[in-house]
Amino acid sequence: MFEWVTEFPKGIYLDIKKPIDQAIEYMMNNWGAFFDGISMFLRQILLWVQTVINSIPWWLMILAVLIGAWRATRNPLRALMYAAMLFFIGLIGLWSLMYTTLSIIITSVFISLVLGFPLGILISFSDRFGRFVRPILDTMQTMPSFVYLIPAVMLLGLGNVPAVIATVIYSMPPMVRMTNLGIRSVDREIVEASKAFGATRWQLLVKALIPQAMPTIMAGVNQTIMMAIAMVVTSSMIGARGLGSEVLTGINRLESGRGFAAGIAIVIMAVLIDRLTQGAYNKKEM
Amino acid sequence: MTPDTIQAMVETKDIILSVRNLTMMFGRKKQQAAQLRAEQKSKEEILKETGVTLAVDNISFDVERGKIHTLIGLSGSGKSTVVRCLNLLLTPTKGKILFEGKDIQTFNAQQLLNYRRKNVSMVFQSFGLLTHRNVLDNVAYGLEIRGVKKKDRIDRAMEMIEMVNLKGWENKSIDSLSGGMRQRVGIARALANNPDILLMDEPFSALDPLVRQDMQFELLSIQEKLNKTVVFITHDINEAFKLGNTISIMRDGRIVQTDVPEEMTSNPADEYVSDFINSADKAQVYQVKSFMQTPSCLVSLQDGANTALALMRIHNVSSAYVVDNKMNFVGVLPLDAAFQVREGKLSFKEALVNDTPTAKQDMQISDLIPIASQSRFPIAVLNDDGKFVGIISKAAILTSLK
Ligand SMILES: Nc1ncnc2c1ncn2[C@@H]1O[C@H](COP(=O)(O)OP(=O)(O)OP(=O)(O)O)[C@@H](O)[C@H]1O
Ligand SMILES: [Mg+2]
Repeated sequence: MFEWVTEFPKGIYLDIKKPIDQAIEYMMNNWGAFFDGISMFLRQILLWVQTVINSIPWWLMILAVLIGAWRATRNPLRALMYAAMLFFIGLIGLWSLMYTTLSIIITSVFISLVLGFPLGILISFSDRFGRFVRPILDTMQTMPSFVYLIPAVMLLGLGNVPAVIATVIYSMPPMVRMTNLGIRSVDREIVEASKAFGATRWQLLVKALIPQAMPTIMAGVNQTIMMAIAMVVTSSMIGARGLGSEVLTGINRLESGRGFAAGIAIVIMAVLIDRLTQGAYNKKEM
Repeated sequence: MTPDTIQAMVETKDIILSVRNLTMMFGRKKQQAAQLRAEQKSKEEILKETGVTLAVDNISFDVERGKIHTLIGLSGSGKSTVVRCLNLLLTPTKGKILFEGKDIQTFNAQQLLNYRRKNVSMVFQSFGLLTHRNVLDNVAYGLEIRGVKKKDRIDRAMEMIEMVNLKGWENKSIDSLSGGMRQRVGIARALANNPDILLMDEPFSALDPLVRQDMQFELLSIQEKLNKTVVFITHDINEAFKLGNTISIMRDGRIVQTDVPEEMTSNPADEYVSDFINSADKAQVYQVKSFMQTPSCLVSLQDGANTALALMRIHNVSSAYVVDNKMNFVGVLPLDAAFQVREGKLSFKEALVNDTPTAKQDMQISDLIPIASQSRFPIAVLNDDGKFVGIISKAAILTSLK
């Protein structure tokens, strides 16, 4: 009789599965053109990025990393080491897969920044808008990504495009947050000084707030890149090609070597991109 | 002062800025707070009952063109709030601010921008400089906002940098400057717009005492040159008396007295004012050491005439101060004599002028007037042990006697 004390009462049940299914079905049936449009648009960007990346010969890429790392770290030994690590990816036979993965990451990060940066600025200007957006960002970041892989596939099909969308959803929040944080923590007197000299809102933003917030914003860019790299394997489950799918194949066929090789290549990419982008923004700070 | 005397002042003096019944409340329940204020409740009671901070409470004062008006009061007395109302960084809850007779709260958006771009500039306590720009681009900032052409604003900014003695630093980053130099940048930036009024919110409070004195002197000499109107906020009574042509003392958001310094000393409005004034060491305010500067050209006997010549050329001055290795003052080396030393016509010691008058650092500055008129050079200032500590120029002596 008093079962409900120890166990959750069976009699009450709210079905939210069906409405969600129905909503997605509705979107599939009625917003098809919209999703096709997005899909086309993303495929176009991705194609363009891929073409550019693939046109870079392997030796030029290694040379670029060598020079970039040398300028970022001012340490020739470290630079040589980074170049050697990149060479190693080619050596273990994963160069072209690495290029595919790089293209997906660059496309995702580009879209995350293009959306996240203005969004962060808007939030920094309006508390009310911020209160509205923040829970959405939290959800985007904490919702297990597998959950939105399914509808992404249903709406956009398998392949690199839904992978980009899933990656954007996962990697955009830090950009929004850090932009917002950077702008909000600009010294109060700097803001006042700008206004006191008769700056318009636009001048205040462009000449004072954004440059002052730049170090924090760049930390956001860096985080976004790292999160995008973290999605490489997950997004291969919905058909993204590249190093991630290599790991997946390794798992499916119980080929440890194959999985590890691709895993190592991903780690090397992450390390190189991290060091190079960090170097770029530390220089700006000086 | 009574409203009548203020009225009398308006009629006879050139008032550039007047503040009338300015009230500023922070918080939501302003109406309720106003009600309590009408019932003569105190600032604390109002805060406790309504959560409203009565930061500025019905104050009025006038600022005369070309004069320095200082606002002084303890921390939290509402000084910063007042000065931020003067360029509408804060919107007053009640009251009027008249610039050349025009109510600035009736300005539309463009008029307000123009007012801020052309009529008032502000200098901040922690400088408010853009750390991502170098000195030159900071000074040119206001001009850039106004849309002045690049070449013109650089010329103008360089002129200002020279005026605040920062020549040669224009390409340095803000981080590489000392506090005093940063505030020079802040002042140059404010002056670059050629505003009618400078608003200065505790501009020297973050600086070391000696640097502070240099800056106070510099402000006085700039003001002498450019004849700007200055609203100067400070919590240091010595500074207020030294700089202010008129002084308003604030307490809990109210102005207790506005007057010229002499009048305030002889006729304090109440005990609070007289206590405040007594806390100032009046003798000290007018001591020589409050007005002295570090000489740009100080050489020791060992350095010789060539070093002295080089320094004089760099700093564009016509005399060098010479000390021995224990900082005892030896004499002044005039430019022409230094040339003669270089040509071998005189020895270094012979070239020194050692009969120029000197001053002790704790002398009253008024005692220097007879000496100053006889001396060819700025007067060397010595401490009690006879060591050289600085110089005091005739200009400094005269500005101190405003
Ligand atoms: N934005 C604000 N919101 C709420 N209260 C404020 C705000 N700005 C100032 N106050 C309050 O108004 C009162 C006056 O502050 P104000 O900064 O004008 O004082 P001040 O005389 O400049 O003091 P200080 O010497 O510390 O700078 C203080 O009680 C302060 O807490
Ligand atoms: Mg203040």
